[in-house]
Amino acid sequence: MLHIVACIKQVPDTKIIKMNPKTNTMDRASAPAILNPYDAHAVEEAVRLKKKYGGTVSVLTMGPPPAVKAIKKCIELGADEGYMISDRAFAGADTLATSYALTKALEKIAKQRPIDLVICGKMTIDGDTGQVGPGIARRLNIPPLTGVKKVVEINKEKGYAIVHRKLEDGYEVVQSTLPCLFTVEKDINDISFAPLPNMIKAARYQPTIWTADDLEDVDRKQLGLKGSPTIVSKVWAPPKPEGGELLEGSTKEKVEQLLSLVLAKKELFQ
Amino acid sequence: MTFDDYRGIWVYLEVKDGNIAPVSLELLGAGRQLADKRKTELAGVLIGSGVKPLAQTAFTYGADVVYVYDDPIFAYYRTEPYMRALLDCCEKHKPEVLLYGATPTGKDLASAIATDLPTGLTADTTILDIEEDTGLLLASRPAFGGNIMATILCKKYRPQMATVRPKVMKALPPDPSRTGKLVEEHIELREEEMRTKVLEIVRETTKKARIDEADIIVAGGKGMGSKEGFQLIHQLAEVLGGAVGASRDVVEAGWIDHHHQVGQTGVTVTPKIYFAIGISGAIQHVVGMQNSELIIAINKDPNAPIFQSCHYGIVGDAFEIVPLLIERFKEEIPKLKAAADVKEEIRHA
Ligand SMILES: Cc1cc2nc3c(=O)[nH]c(=O)nc-3n(C[C@H](O)[C@H](O)[C@H](O)COP(=O)(O)OP(=O)(O)OC[C@H]3O[C@@H](n4cnc5c(N)ncnc54)[C@H](O)[C@@H]3O)c2cc1C
Ligand SMILES: Cc1cc2nc3c(=O)[nH]c(=O)nc-3n(C[C@H](O)[C@H](O)[C@H](O)COP(=O)(O)OP(=O)(O)OC[C@H]3O[C@@H](n4cnc5c(N)ncnc54)[C@H](O)[C@@H]3O)c2cc1C
Repeated sequence: MLHIVACIKQVPDTKIIKMNPKTNTMDRASAPAILNPYDAHAVEEAVRLKKKYGGTVSVLTMGPPPAVKAIKKCIELGADEGYMISDRAFAGADTLATSYALTKALEKIAKQRPIDLVICGKMTIDGDTGQVGPGIARRLNIPPLTGVKKVVEINKEKGYAIVHRKLEDGYEVVQSTLPCLFTVEKDINDISFAPLPNMIKAARYQPTIWTADDLEDVDRKQLGLKGSPTIVSKVWAPPKPEGGELLEGSTKEKVEQLLSLVLAKKELFQ
Repeated sequence: MTFDDYRGIWVYLEVKDGNIAPVSLELLGAGRQLADKRKTELAGVLIGSGVKPLAQTAFTYGADVVYVYDDPIFAYYRTEPYMRALLDCCEKHKPEVLLYGATPTGKDLASAIATDLPTGLTADTTILDIEEDTGLLLASRPAFGGNIMATILCKKYRPQMATVRPKVMKALPPDPSRTGKLVEEHIELREEEMRTKVLEIVRETTKKARIDEADIIVAGGKGMGSKEGFQLIHQLAEVLGGAVGASRDVVEAGWIDHHHQVGQTGVTVTPKIYFAIGISGAIQHVVGMQNSELIIAINKDPNAPIFQSCHYGIVGDAFEIVPLLIERFKEEIPKLKAAADVKEEIRHA
């Protein structure tokens, strides 16, 4: 029986978010909070592995109270248990402080039920660093396998996992000892349709919520803003491109103008 | 220990197909400027098996010093042994700044090192600068899907680390007469202790030109309507001898595979000519192609944002314009080729 924990984050939908042009901050009201799309694939993969090998899927998030909604979404996707760590002490965390807090929570979860596999998304769509997953793996001292696009085998008895890791021009087949941590690509799976019983369970579900005091052996200096070596010092809107010249005339004339622009680079065609 | 004990600008030299990866050469170019401003050394760290001869390449592109870990255990990238080597090097020689390419390997390694040292790590940097007197690194990066730029500082920890996007910085022109100091390093690692093993490496080279190396890219978006409509993009690319690019929505619709996706979550490209056809010009797409030499947009919506990010645009229906373009290029390109052949003959005569 496997115990898989997927780490998930609630994020603003950056595709439709509007920025306040004066303050360069996000107008949070303009964008709904969603489950980070990559994390949906992490949960989906965990649920598929559970179906194949048997076991339990837990999800863990660090975030403000409304992030409960993201956990409920994961329950819909088939997760069994949800854990949330939420405390002002965690606020302002960079990736180092985030991986520290999540690791402390994972250690507490593991005391209740030992963990075989941690799955993270490739990255979030807000901070989008992709640094939290490998950070957790180092802190737990388990191998990080980044860019996983296929899980070939998990063998708990013999204590190994075999996966395909995406490379720039192909993939590699890697074997790792268990427990280990995956960060997963989007193409690892397609999200299944949530079955009705899951939706009903999700609607009623209340996750376990811990504050910083509930975690064990926590060094408060490593949490939140205090524990973050990086500082966001300045935020600005990316320079607006000036815009191009629109070609005028009939379709035929436009095509001819374009032709001469392209063919002017004649070294490309000789 | 004070900050003064940390000196030098370092670049992690990623090895790809037996050479130093292009992004690492770009970082040597960027690192050279930082090092000159700080009046300090530029060093590279080279890890691999049989990689010692590559140190000269790093000197040629601006490095003063190269630290080499050359051992069969480093035959292919794995987090654990590479991390142990680089940590060893950092502890011995204490860099002030350490830069990595924001490639899958660079990001994997940098995230592990940042956790162990520990120190701050700025992700996907696109602008780098350094304060001359304090040595504070100013690393700026897009965040929130490209909606904002942010400058990230790491004031209280050393080294200051950043991963830097490929194709943003410029490599120096190579100077083969440049030399530098080669420092051979060694760390005791045993294969039996490694927890991961690469069983096989599978290269998926498509027959089409690789998009990140192509001079001409014809990229199509959702505006092409269907997989069949998207064939026009393939046809135009073919007559131009270019590669095919796509927006994410096209990849998600299954019209073409992910290797062709241009943008924030695809590849960054800098061809001589980039066609964006039926692509709306979302910021996440634009960040992947904005440094192309000549950008041409074709879109039926005159208000499409892509017209803000192109050099020349045509407002019109792709299904009308692209077939005309294909027809005319088919006529004109052979003439250019013939003219070139004639010139060649005259030269040889
Ligand atoms: C503008 C801006 C720029 C920033 N730049 C940097 C930077 O360069 N370096 C830096 O260290 N920090 C940076 N941060 C801070 C960073 O966004 C936060 O540390 C954030 O908590 C986690 O990083 P991420 O969103 O990049 O996650 P990623 O590392 O991209 O997330 C990868 C995976 O880790 C898991 N995960 C991440 N966060 C959580 C969570 N809260 N709960 C559960 N699982 C989680 C998920 O599985 C996720 O898919 C920046 C923040 C802002 C606002
Ligand atoms: C975190 C994140 C990462 C992302 N990463 C990427 C990425 O790497 N790459 C990427 O491309 N996108 C990325 N996206 C998605 C991006 O935001 C856009 O959704 C996507 O680029 C839109 O694709 P499109 O332009 O093909 O489609 P649409 O936005 O649907 O645009 C279609 C365009 O075609 C035009 N059109 C329609 N019919 C015709 C016709 N007959 N002739 C001419 N024009 C026509 C329309 O006017 C329209 O402008 C990302 C999004 C997020 C949130």
